[in-house]
Amino acid sequence: MKRFNFCLIIAAGWICLFSSMPAGSAETQVPLGLPELTYPEANPQTQAKIALGDKLFHDQRFSSTGDVSCATCHDAGKAFTDAPLKVSEGIHKLTGTRNAPTIVNSAYFTTFFWDGRSPDLEDQALHPFTNPVEMGLKTHQPILDIVRTDSQYKKAFKNVFGKNAASITIKDVVQAIASFERTKISGNSPFDRWRYGGDADALTPRQKRGFDVFVNQGRCVSCHVIEETQALFTDNRFHNVGVGINDIQMVVSRLANEFLKAKITMSEVDIRVLTDQRTSELGRFAVTRKFDDMGSFKTSTLRNIAATAPYMHDGSLKTLRDVVKHYNNGGVTIKDDPVNDFLSGGIRPLNLTDRQIDDLTAFLESLTSPEFAVK
Amino acid sequence: MKSRPITRRSFLKGMGAATVAATLPMSLVEVAFADSSENFTFAYISDSHIQHIKGSKFVRNWDRGLIRSVAETNMLRPKPDFVVFGGDLAQLGTKPELDHGAEMLSKLNYKYYCVMGEHDYYLDLGEYWSTLFGPHYYSWDHKGVHFIILNSILTHDHWTYDRWPTAKQRMNEMAGLDNPNGSPFMVGAKQRQWLKKDLAKIEKETPVVVFSHSPIQKIYKGWNFWTDDAEEVQALLRPFDAVTVVYGHVHQIQYNQIGNISFNAVMATAWPWPYPQSYSQAATYLPKLTVPMNRADPFFERDATGWQFMDIKTGRVDLNYNLYSNANRTVAYNPKTGRPEDVSYQSPDKRISPQTHY
Repeated sequence: MKRFNFCLIIAAGWICLFSSMPAGSAETQVPLGLPELTYPEANPQTQAKIALGDKLFHDQRFSSTGDVSCATCHDAGKAFTDAPLKVSEGIHKLTGTRNAPTIVNSAYFTTFFWDGRSPDLEDQALHPFTNPVEMGLKTHQPILDIVRTDSQYKKAFKNVFGKNAASITIKDVVQAIASFERTKISGNSPFDRWRYGGDADALTPRQKRGFDVFVNQGRCVSCHVIEETQALFTDNRFHNVGVGINDIQMVVSRLANEFLKAKITMSEVDIRVLTDQRTSELGRFAVTRKFDDMGSFKTSTLRNIAATAPYMHDGSLKTLRDVVKHYNNGGVTIKDDPVNDFLSGGIRPLNLTDRQIDDLTAFLESLTSPEFAVK
Repeated sequence: MKSRPITRRSFLKGMGAATVAATLPMSLVEVAFADSSENFTFAYISDSHIQHIKGSKFVRNWDRGLIRSVAETNMLRPKPDFVVFGGDLAQLGTKPELDHGAEMLSKLNYKYYCVMGEHDYYLDLGEYWSTLFGPHYYSWDHKGVHFIILNSILTHDHWTYDRWPTAKQRMNEMAGLDNPNGSPFMVGAKQRQWLKKDLAKIEKETPVVVFSHSPIQKIYKGWNFWTDDAEEVQALLRPFDAVTVVYGHVHQIQYNQIGNISFNAVMATAWPWPYPQSYSQAATYLPKLTVPMNRADPFFERDATGWQFMDIKTGRVDLNYNLYSNANRTVAYNPKTGRPEDVSYQSPDKRISPQTHY
């Protein structure tokens, strides 16, 4: 009986979804396990815009050296990350301070970058172009020069935005890129089939035990949210979980004061946090300047996490088991190291057994969508 | 401590320059005295309830609250002139608890003053606490303001000295929030006598700030949100132009005005209490709570706890609350209405629903 009701709800959901789609819409069908997607009114999806975004996303000419594109660090073959790199490599193999987050399901996120300094995908796409350790342009002008002269781009922008070459702006460019990114929606993992699809055998017994740890003793679910009908595995909030900041504990106060005294603008923050390791570790504090955000970073989604090692904002943890152990230790990688003064109140020792750690790790491996599963 | 007397005149001039305190702790608004060299702020940490388990083990959650508030206070710029710890450093008044708490407080980069809480007192009647933090009550002057620390958690001699077979049981009985075996707090005749003498030296236009653990007003007797001789203490403070009483104990934001006296409660670093109207069965004379605190998310242990920094720009104490996982709040004296008010949320249409922040 329960199963029957569940199917009805799913069916009703699909009907709603299809009936609400405008004719000619390019809105992506939502796979099992994900909520309905809303698109910004200012940037509706069209097939032509998505195709243009795809092309822009992969264009290496938008970097000072001509060999770095968005896709360099967000590679479709690596679940839209640059795994196994610890931190991203930009022009001249210059490295930043942070591990590339995936594009997949970013359409659902409410802030962007590890410290949430960007409010939407459109704004996010502006910054890597001009960051000195990413794509290295001085301004966005070289991008406009290309799209205003390249015949294919001229045609595509005319088609999508109805604009002549001379009136193409960087806003159009990032809107197209964001539209492309919003199509990278991925659910239907073994977990989704088990939890939302009624397939009792989609998870192994070990993974099912791991799910129990995930929602109970492991306390994972409080930030990596799972709901009754869907799971984004993020609360879209920021937490100090004892990564990065643990290494600068003795100088946090001085760094924070230096940072505040410098009175830098938000676009300078973008450069500062990617080029200065210690400023990077201040986390969201560098954005909000609130004590509560000291050393905190955005809750990462866990979907496809098995495909995107290494982990955490600085890529400092190599395996999922290392991550689980870090949390089991109460926010320190090496057991009995001192925790940092600003540790989030949700983080505390979990007292998991080795078997529970193995189970939880196995559960995390059940969150991979078919398109990113290791063949 | 070098202090220069300031006059009421210079205060009034300063008020014109006073602006609403910023909600960001790192960008403190300067205290608007007429002579800017006299501007100052101070920080307030309270109710950490450090609890010993055994050996070197203490309750982690309470430790983290105090450690975090100390670390954050150390980052305040401009630097506060001093810090007050508002009482209940320990849970059951033991030497290990007080020592452990004192060790964490010693990380403060500023001079600090401690107020006695009932959890610090009722094991050995404050004897060991005194060896760490000094006298139970005293006063000092700082940049033209007269500060007083009172021990407001005393009670009847019979209850303290005769009723309980052991000191440990006495401590345990007073440590319960709603324990009917407890006894109402009071400042007591001896300390009131001292206070009268102390105040006799002070000019009536000098701002007076009193730090006590329990509220020197009557809120709810069932939880000892109460001081039995509150009216008598208030009478001693009545002749002064501007008096502020800052108290801990209640683990929540409260504010009230009685005559010339502004009352402000501070947050605990350990855990929140609800307002007692949720508990009291019979009709009581609870002051109306106008702006309820946001509901705490129990997963985030720091949620609904916090600490505060304060300034005295109107001659009253304005409190800036640093709250975790919540919008910070400022309760400041409003010269127009003549009472402390929440700067952002006082008006009903400005309130945040207690349940929408997570």
